[in-house]
Amino acid sequence: MSGRERMSLSDTGRIDARKVSVRLGRGDTAFEAVKDLTLSVEPGEFVCLIGPSGCGKSTLLGALAGHIGVAGGELNVDGEPVQGPHPERGIVFQHHTLFPWKSILSNVTFGPKMRGVKRNLRKEQAEGILNLVGLQDFLHRYPKQLSGGMQQRVEIARVLVNKPRLLLMDEPFGALDALTRMNMQELLLDIWSKVRTTIVFVTHDIDEALFLADRVLVMSQRPGRIIEELKVPFARPRSAEVSITPEFGELKRRCLSLLHTRNESNALPRLEPLGIQNVG
Amino acid sequence: MRANHDAGVSRWILRAASIAVCLLAWQTASTYHANLGLITFANVPPPTEVAAAAVDLAQSSKTLSHVTSSLRRVAVGFAIAAVLGILLGLAIGRSRRIGDVLLPPLELLRPIPAVAWIPLAVLMFPSSEGSMIYITFIGALFPILLSTIHGVEHVDPRLIASAKSLGGTRAAILREVILPGAAPAIVTGLAIGMGTSWFCLVTAEMISGQYGIGYYTWESYVIQRYADIVVGMVAIGILGMGSSFLLRQIGRWLTPWHSEDGR
Repeated sequence: MSGRERMSLSDTGRIDARKVSVRLGRGDTAFEAVKDLTLSVEPGEFVCLIGPSGCGKSTLLGALAGHIGVAGGELNVDGEPVQGPHPERGIVFQHHTLFPWKSILSNVTFGPKMRGVKRNLRKEQAEGILNLVGLQDFLHRYPKQLSGGMQQRVEIARVLVNKPRLLLMDEPFGALDALTRMNMQELLLDIWSKVRTTIVFVTHDIDEALFLADRVLVMSQRPGRIIEELKVPFARPRSAEVSITPEFGELKRRCLSLLHTRNESNALPRLEPLGIQNVG
Repeated sequence: MRANHDAGVSRWILRAASIAVCLLAWQTASTYHANLGLITFANVPPPTEVAAAAVDLAQSSKTLSHVTSSLRRVAVGFAIAAVLGILLGLAIGRSRRIGDVLLPPLELLRPIPAVAWIPLAVLMFPSSEGSMIYITFIGALFPILLSTIHGVEHVDPRLIASAKSLGGTRAAILREVILPGAAPAIVTGLAIGMGTSWFCLVTAEMISGQYGIGYYTWESYVIQRYADIVVGMVAIGILGMGSSFLLRQIGRWLTPWHSEDGR
């Protein structure tokens, strides 16, 4: 499938950000995490954001999710300004945010339940999506009875069951081991080919970004803006072999040089998308 | 499994042996009227005498009334404290404004010991039963309230953010995220509150004219039946321990996701 065909499959999930600024912190400690950031994402596109630590990637994602307010500029999804969290803009974090007291099934039915979907129907919807991520046999387990990779699959299912326009992912596979991570990347592409939605995926892993994305956006150091945009031309469906092609190597070299020149100054502390320090 | 089971048995043996050693030390000290300088066992009844008194009490026709009166007072006082403590705790933990309004008077009331409440409790409640229930209530309220506030304030903010992203309303988040998230802390508060409620029982039943284990203990002191005092104390200890145990079991049953990593 070419990029153009995919885009025509869905017509919602367009992102337009114009001169967006985001401020974090209060009073004297307030600072600009994102400044004058402009980007646009097509409906159904898979975009990866990479950039140095603390550059505001996660903050931008938090703003798209509606957890962090925008201080300046315009941030629109399908022409509407983002105002507060909404199930149509689902977010998956790196660290587990499944409800520990709910079974896998109840975690996934949470969104439909909030929308007032009838019990039988929401169970059906949840089972369908859990089937898609390969967890149909774990419906009645608690999250902590599952491995890290399985928990992340539940997180994805819990967001996708709401049929979101945007799937926002904040280093979702960052805490997984290399092999699980590779499997999850392939699984995500497989899911995305079946449940079409716009994906904005934050990572600091260049290989991951190039393997997954239609387009890789490179951000500057804080205050973050987009400094480079790389189209990833590899045909889909992609397999792991794509990463040993010369084109892949060339793109990777570009990314490395972009990140490297800016990594020399001291690294900034990591920011969380909710503006809170990571406690987990 | 087998090893686990054996470890469980040996732990129970150890616990029983610990109590046996304490009893033996007490028996020895009382029999020989041990004077340890700081404390003296000269007038303390030994366990054998206490056991005899316990048998007397067990055969008395009043015993059942003593026990049921006390159980009822603690149960009612504790239940009101649980409902009020959890509701207030949720409200205070969730809203800074409600906290600002409610916490100052509650903090003023908190350090007042149960004994100090007796005169006012007698004046405020038309029946002595009401006064006694009030004192067991006030004993249980603060541990439950403070634990609930603590539990609510320490729910992972990322869980709340996720719930908001999934379309959760304020009420739904309170019910589906805050309450279960704070549940382990609430259960701990309830177990402590149950203990303090029994703790205040003797105080409460000083008002009573007839029945109650606390009343029995107090009356024994007044008429100088020392072995009976110890029987009353042990009875309160056992009843308190039993109800805390029951509460923890209920708590474990209500929070199955949490208890697995418990000891």
